[in-house]
Amino acid sequence: MSIKIKNVNYTYAEGTAYEMHALKDINLEIPDGQFVGLIGHTGSGKSTLVQHLNGLIHATGGRIYFNGRDIYGENFSMKELRSKVGLVFQYPEHQLFEIDVLTDVSFGPKNLGFPEAEEKAKEALRMVGMGEEYYRRSPFELSGGQKRRVAIAGVLAMEPQMLILDEPTAGLDPKGRDEILDQISRLQKERGITVVLVSHSMEDVARYVDRIIVMNQGQVRFDGTPKEVFRHFRELEEIGLAAPQVTYLMQELKEKGADVDTDATTVEEAADAIENWLRK
Amino acid sequence: MIRADKLTFDYERLDEEGKVESVKRAVDHVSLDIKAGEFIAILGHNGSGKSTLAKHMNAILVPTEGILWVDGMDTKDEDKLWDIRQDTGMVFQNPDNQIIGTVVEEDVGFGPENLGVPTDEIWKRVEESLSAVGMLKYRHHSPNKLSGGQKQRVAIAGVMAMHPRCIVLDEPTAMLDPNGRRSVIRTAQKLNREERITVILITHYMEEVIEADCVFVMDGGKVVMQGTPKEIFSQVEELKRLRLDVPQATLLAYELQKKGIPLPDGILSNEELVDELCRLKLKM
Repeated sequence: MSIKIKNVNYTYAEGTAYEMHALKDINLEIPDGQFVGLIGHTGSGKSTLVQHLNGLIHATGGRIYFNGRDIYGENFSMKELRSKVGLVFQYPEHQLFEIDVLTDVSFGPKNLGFPEAEEKAKEALRMVGMGEEYYRRSPFELSGGQKRRVAIAGVLAMEPQMLILDEPTAGLDPKGRDEILDQISRLQKERGITVVLVSHSMEDVARYVDRIIVMNQGQVRFDGTPKEVFRHFRELEEIGLAAPQVTYLMQELKEKGADVDTDATTVEEAADAIENWLRK
Repeated sequence: MIRADKLTFDYERLDEEGKVESVKRAVDHVSLDIKAGEFIAILGHNGSGKSTLAKHMNAILVPTEGILWVDGMDTKDEDKLWDIRQDTGMVFQNPDNQIIGTVVEEDVGFGPENLGVPTDEIWKRVEESLSAVGMLKYRHHSPNKLSGGQKQRVAIAGVMAMHPRCIVLDEPTAMLDPNGRRSVIRTAQKLNREERITVILITHYMEEVIEADCVFVMDGGKVVMQGTPKEIFSQVEELKRLRLDVPQATLLAYELQKKGIPLPDGILSNEELVDELCRLKLKM
C-alpha cells in the first residue's frame, strides 16, 4: 500500500494567537512494504504527520494519495482509510478496556463488521506472541510488555495494510523492546505490510528500518537509508538527535588514524568493520 | 542515607467484599545500604520490583515486612512522614503528570511553599534550583511550552527546592528524545557531584548508568546482582538472561571477543574501546 504526500501543510489554530505552522510543505512517497523510521525531537512534527496518514488530521493545504486515490476527494471513504492504516499511539495499553484479552482484540474487527472477528483476533494475538492461555485473562493483569502487545494486536486484527507505531517501546525493558520490534519486523517481511516506526531510539531505528525520515521544525530534513542519514550525525545533533553509539565509535577510531569503514550503524556492522581493519 | 533490612512488600488484591483474594510479592527480602552522596542505579526488567522498591524510599509505600530507614528514620513512623518526604524527592516517568504550576517558577516554588518556607527564602530556592538544572532563563515560561527534557528538569528543580538530600528518579528519560535524555542525565550527575545529592536512578537505558558508583540489578523482587558498572556489564550473558542489555560499546567489545579479538572484559565507553583497539593494532 503506497502513500503519496504532496505539498502538505498543517497549521494549528489558524487565525488565532496560538497559530502554529506544524507541517511545512511536506512531499513524501512511501512505497508498498517499506519499513520506515520517522525521527525528530519532541515538537518536530512527526506525530502531526502520522496523524495525517489515517485521516485523523486534515491537512490545511496539499494532497494525500492512498494507492493513487486522493483521500480528500469526494468519493473517498475515511472509514476505509482508517481500517487500512492502523495507528498505534504511545502507551496504547492505556486504551485497553475489555473484560478479557480476546474480547478486547476482537473489538476492532467486530466494529468494522468483519464476519470472523474472533478468528482475526486470534490470528493477531498469535502474531504478537500471545498464546491461547491469555485469551480469557483480564488485560489489566498483564505485564507492561504484554499489555503493549495486546494493544498492538488490537490494531493488527483489523488487518491494516499500513501500520504506524508511535514509540511502541517507550518504558519497556531491553528484552521487551527487542521482542516487539522483532515481531513488527517479521510482520513487515511476512505480510508485506508497510510500517512507519516513530522512535527516539537511534539504535533501534538503525537496526530495523530500510529508510529514515528526519523531521525538524515541520520539515523533512533528511531522507535516506540509515547509513546515509547517520553520516550527518553532526547535523543531527544540532537538531536534538544523535547517531547510534557505534557510529560515533567508528568516527573516533578514524580520527585516531585507523583506516576503517565508518558507515556502520549497528553493532554487527561495526564488529565486521573493526575485524577487517585489525586483520588487514 | 538509605538502608533496607529484609524489605518485603506484597500487593494485595481484594475481592468484592474487601477480603484478600490474592497476594503478589513485589519486593522480596531486599537488604541494601546506600551511602550519602552516592550515585546508584537500579536495573531490572518490567515487573522486577524496582519501582515498588523506589516508592518505599519516600514512604509512598511502607514495607509489609522488614524495615527501611531514610536518614535513620523508619518509614513506618508516621510522625516522620513529612521529614522523610522532604529528605527524599521523587521524579517519575511522565513529565506531564508532575507539573502543576502555570508558570515554571511557580511550579518550582510549590514544594517549599507547602513546607511553610518564608517567601524570601522560597524565591531564593527557586532561583538556585532552576539554575542548578540549567532552566533559570525559562522561569517565566509556561511549562506547557517546554520540551519533555525541559519539563523533567523543571520537575527535578521542584524537588531540589525542597532541599532534599536524596533524589529518586524512576525512569525519568523513558519518554524523551536523545537530547532530552542527555540533559536529564547530565543534570542528575551534576547535582550528585556539585551539590552532593544522593541519586538513585532507575532506568532501562544501559548507557545512562556507566558512571554510577554502584548498580543493583533486580529480578523477581530480589537484588540479584550488585557491583560497579564494570563488574555488572562484564556479565553480558547473565544480563541478557535477566531481559536486560549492556551499553553498545560493551556489546561491540563482546562481539569482537567472540571473533577471537583479545579485548578485556567490562569495557563501558567508546573511549575505552577505541584506546584498546588502537593498542591492539600496534601490537599486530
